[in-house]
Amino acid sequence: MLGLLKKFYQFLDDRLGIASVLEATALHKIPPSSARWSYVFGSATLACLVIQVATGVALALLYQPSTETAYESLQWISHSAPLGAWLRGLHYFGASGMVVMMVIHMIRVYLMAAYKYPREMNWITGVILLGLTVSMAFTGQLLRWDDVGVWSTYVAAEQMGRIPIIGKLVAYLLIGGETVGGHTLTRFFAYHVFLLPALLFAVVGVHLYLVLRHGISEPPVVGQPVDPETYREKYEAEVHKSGIPFFPDAAWRDILFALVVIGTLSLLAVVVGAPELGGPPDPTKIDVVPGPDWYLVWIFALYALMPPGIEDYVIVGGPLVGVLLLLAIPFLAPRGERHVLRRPWALIGVGLSLGVVAALTVIGFQAPWSPNFKAVPLTAVVMDQPTESQTKGMDLFNTKGCLYCHDIAGHGGHRGPNLTDLGQRLDKDEVVVRIVNGGQFMPAYGGSLSKDEIEDLAAFLLVKKNENSL
Amino acid sequence: MNPNEPSEPEVDSEAAEPVDPCRRAFLTKVSIGLSGLIACAVAPPIAAAVVQPLLQRKGHEWREIGPLESFEEAKTVLVNFENTSVVPWAGDTARTGAWLRRIEGENFEAFTLNCAHLGCPVRWEGDAELFLCPCHGGVYYKDGTVAGGPPPKALAKYPVKVSEGRVYVKAEPVPITTMKG
Repeated sequence: MLGLLKKFYQFLDDRLGIASVLEATALHKIPPSSARWSYVFGSATLACLVIQVATGVALALLYQPSTETAYESLQWISHSAPLGAWLRGLHYFGASGMVVMMVIHMIRVYLMAAYKYPREMNWITGVILLGLTVSMAFTGQLLRWDDVGVWSTYVAAEQMGRIPIIGKLVAYLLIGGETVGGHTLTRFFAYHVFLLPALLFAVVGVHLYLVLRHGISEPPVVGQPVDPETYREKYEAEVHKSGIPFFPDAAWRDILFALVVIGTLSLLAVVVGAPELGGPPDPTKIDVVPGPDWYLVWIFALYALMPPGIEDYVIVGGPLVGVLLLLAIPFLAPRGERHVLRRPWALIGVGLSLGVVAALTVIGFQAPWSPNFKAVPLTAVVMDQPTESQTKGMDLFNTKGCLYCHDIAGHGGHRGPNLTDLGQRLDKDEVVVRIVNGGQFMPAYGGSLSKDEIEDLAAFLLVKKNENSL
Repeated sequence: MNPNEPSEPEVDSEAAEPVDPCRRAFLTKVSIGLSGLIACAVAPPIAAAVVQPLLQRKGHEWREIGPLESFEEAKTVLVNFENTSVVPWAGDTARTGAWLRRIEGENFEAFTLNCAHLGCPVRWEGDAELFLCPCHGGVYYKDGTVAGGPPPKALAKYPVKVSEGRVYVKAEPVPITTMKG
């Protein structure tokens, strides 16, 4: 029996060349110094991709990619299909995991300057993979096809629209027509399920092939700069002398880390679950606050914070400059010192970028620029013995939209300044001028409020308020 | 290729059978040309599917909204109508909405729901007489002009007409704010 199996394996090995392929991939020799924990993030990204493919195919078995039925089928997947909530949760957290692992991998490669000669194309294909992954994440969010999904397609189209000259064409091509309609969802489905994955697989293939072709980079050593004249020779001599097989000497770390990552994602999928769907995909429903998933919130925040004058240039030019800069990195510094101690600006650059993205993400979730539609109307207890005029002013504050953007006694929005103790900062004339004329973010109320109403409102704003009285 | 197998003996084909290098160059060009022809044989229908959104029939037509008397003067209301995307399977997305304002008499304005900034749905606050955008805090007056926030221009409008006591709105493409010149 054993002999028969051995013969069968020999047949397969001879006809398929299994051993030689395995030797060239799994058993290829790597520098011993590369077998370390900081090298596990690339393979963890790949592990997340595998999870996305598997859960994506499974979701495609259950999902109805049609404008009329997609929302219903997702409700069914989320609430009725056997283990459907777990499946959708895995695909949701898998996307987050892939983005996070990819960014950490990229930072590791950048800090160790592994993009230098001869691995420039490893970096370039990596940048392309970053773009494809973000595109996958964004198109996937729209496939939920709830109210947020529908309105997010408009937001995507508007961003494309800012491209000079061909903007409108690109926007209409993206959403499958001049408006969201019967072609929109199937377009995004085709992008997300066929087009982008095909590109992703091809580029992942090249990326992995390049890792084998040039060998995994060895961790940098201070005082050992990369010299294209001698680098390859030295690397190959080192691997020849003391190289260890990738599997299992280094790969066990990758596999253990993949287990931790995917175990965590699966746990999150079960315990936390994918975000609940919004309302049905009805474009006539306006009670919607569109916004991306958490890893793109920082970009959404940027759109609120940048000066409107530069917006056209930033929406189109920002991603363009960002991508060109990333692509240029290996060609700007193809040689020289790799260690971060000799490249302190690399560390500062990464720190600043992470800081900016983190700060924008935090403020993006607070969204102080958005009107607070849920603000609870103020009542008379915020004042001590209010006059009739002050009470009228408070009613105006509640009904004329002031409350959506201004906070008084802990209630209201945060677009404009907190007005709880306005009386200590401004006098009546100044208050009236601001109400009448408005400002950069505030409407001018001179046209919609009568003179008496403005008097009442000013009286209310100037009177002393009781903090936390509501 | 299995390295265990003996590799084929190196044959210098030029020596074995002299071939005109011009012939090789010609055959290379022919192969590339034929491959191009193969692509041409299948490309048109694929390209047509890709650009279909730009080729499809446009439903820029007047949609009846309702009788004139059902709209109060100086009031802004949410109306909905069939959009320009005329396919039978569109479901909910066959419709779109607009903020319709009867200024006075037969004088109407219909604003798109899409904020001129990034397309989010603006809400009409009747008491405040303002349109507010939930995404980035854009604010518009009742006539659609910008009152505050990041929108680069006023709310776009759909054409409105009144005919024989009925109000019509013309279905038009979703407004895309393009780069200012």
